[in-house]
Amino acid sequence: MQPEQAKTVEAGHAVIGDVSKIKEQSLVQRILASQPFWVTVALMVLVVFMAALEPSFGTVANASNITRNFAPFGIMALGMTVVIITGGIDLSVGSIMGLVGIVAGLFLTWEYPWYVAFAMGLMTGIACGAVNGFFVAYVNMPSFVVTLGMLSIARSLAVVFSGNQMLYKFGPDAPIVKAIGQARWPVQTEGDWIPDWIPQFSSHFWVMVVMALWLGYMLNFRPWGRHLLAIGGNENAARLTGVPVDWIKFQAYVFSAFTAAVASLLLLGYNGSAINAMGQGHELRVIAATVIGGANLMGGAGTAFGAIIGAAFLEVIRNALLMAGIDSNWQGAFVGAFIILAVLLGLQSGGKSVIAATVERIFPRKHR
Amino acid sequence: MPLLEVRNASKSFGAIRALNGVSFAIEPGEVIGLMGDNGAGKSTMVKLIAGNFPPTEGEVVVNGEVCHFHKPIEARAKGIEVVYQDLAIADNLTAAQNVFLGREITKGFWPFKVLHKQAMIDKSAELFAELKSETRPRDLVRKMSGGQRQAVAIARTRLSQARLVLMDEPTAAISVRQVAEVLELIRRLKAQGVAVILISHRMPDVFAVCDRIIVLRRGTKVADKHTNQTSPEEITGLITGAILAA
Repeated sequence: MQPEQAKTVEAGHAVIGDVSKIKEQSLVQRILASQPFWVTVALMVLVVFMAALEPSFGTVANASNITRNFAPFGIMALGMTVVIITGGIDLSVGSIMGLVGIVAGLFLTWEYPWYVAFAMGLMTGIACGAVNGFFVAYVNMPSFVVTLGMLSIARSLAVVFSGNQMLYKFGPDAPIVKAIGQARWPVQTEGDWIPDWIPQFSSHFWVMVVMALWLGYMLNFRPWGRHLLAIGGNENAARLTGVPVDWIKFQAYVFSAFTAAVASLLLLGYNGSAINAMGQGHELRVIAATVIGGANLMGGAGTAFGAIIGAAFLEVIRNALLMAGIDSNWQGAFVGAFIILAVLLGLQSGGKSVIAATVERIFPRKHR
Repeated sequence: MPLLEVRNASKSFGAIRALNGVSFAIEPGEVIGLMGDNGAGKSTMVKLIAGNFPPTEGEVVVNGEVCHFHKPIEARAKGIEVVYQDLAIADNLTAAQNVFLGREITKGFWPFKVLHKQAMIDKSAELFAELKSETRPRDLVRKMSGGQRQAVAIARTRLSQARLVLMDEPTAAISVRQVAEVLELIRRLKAQGVAVILISHRMPDVFAVCDRIIVLRRGTKVADKHTNQTSPEEITGLITGAILAA
């Protein structure tokens, strides 16, 4: 009886294979099915369209301007992506930016060397992240609540520490701080070997590129990335298979806060001053960038490339609207519409197109 | 020498006595059906063997060695693996990624230790072929049938060279065709000398694959019979208490 049954099961498998002919997804298919790819296409189209329409948009100067503007958001979107992959959210990044800027600014005001000020700023950011991570990972509180609390705490501390003053009288290291924030590479001078069409990318941009490459490496080639995705997919499964779930979740929040601190220090250098309102509302823009880039708020999906593309996309829309002379009050409406649109395009409703599935739901077939 | 022996094991949670002096042994390549009504102590027995907690009295003996597990990882080190009811699989990962979750193969040296993806894909393909399952290593688990998911969960136990696999309700909530697939997987494990403890409420499945059936009622073992010496009617009677003991 045994061999006979085995045979029927095998025959059954053969039938399934013959009928469905499902092939494993090729690389091209996977790229075509990914949200970051389509957002990149949309970004390209938008850039080409705007460059044709508005001569001042397609300039080298504007390119270096745009890349500098979105870099801090891109950097923070990297951290946010890691948190969102685990199925959490970090609402505190904007406030952590403000606090880090003030702490570093205070140390500069007290005439400490720039590296002491930067180290204190980074440590403040990491400490905030550690508090978030501790309560989310080890105390098992909802990330929304914990980071909402941190949003309030960090902003309040920033106001208290700054004495509600703008900090700009930095000590002897002020020029170094400014040089870091305003550095450009490659530098275009008259008659050099670098072709003129290459933009002078800001230090912000290069920091973002390096961090994105690093995170891409971590997510794709290290067990850490696998574990992160597994936690977002099925936290219980990850725990049962021996993944150090709590420790990795803790690291995610620390990394997110770290990215906020890096972004804050770069902006501090660029502006040459620190205000306690720095980063206000940025958390929402960072989350928007992350989601546009294909991270799933339910957890289990997200890429470093997507985070950068999402941030770039938001900035290009903003810049394009500005260049097109549209009232800046309209920006919010456009950005909001694109958030919904991007997530809509990324949805997959059981093989059907999103539009067909929605029509089906609103007007069930029997009523049509 | 039996692979696993439970000697006179009792487990109390405060005033509640969940297991009361249960003894049994299991040989390599044996499939045992563990049956009993809700609250009979099946889960406690599984957790005891899987290493979630040690017994209050009595002992668990693996390969002649008395083991007092406090964590599942200790039991795993002794070759005892559990296939959980919800399968403990991450939907957003591929079959190969799930098989190797938590024990990824890496190559290179620190700090450039990277995932050896091809090795993991090849090894998973090998395991699926061994289980005669039509599961492809690169497919997302999200798109798989219940039977294929079971294959992924079972391949994981094969990877660690487990000698005893505990399966908690593997055939609950899957289609008839997939049940046949899962039972076939259990037979494959048996053919490779792996012992299986199958916890199930489904009488036909238990009778289809098990060599012996152990029935628990209110924390006590009331029967330990060879499958061919009993009948579903008798087992039902033992579970409900209509037949006191056999």
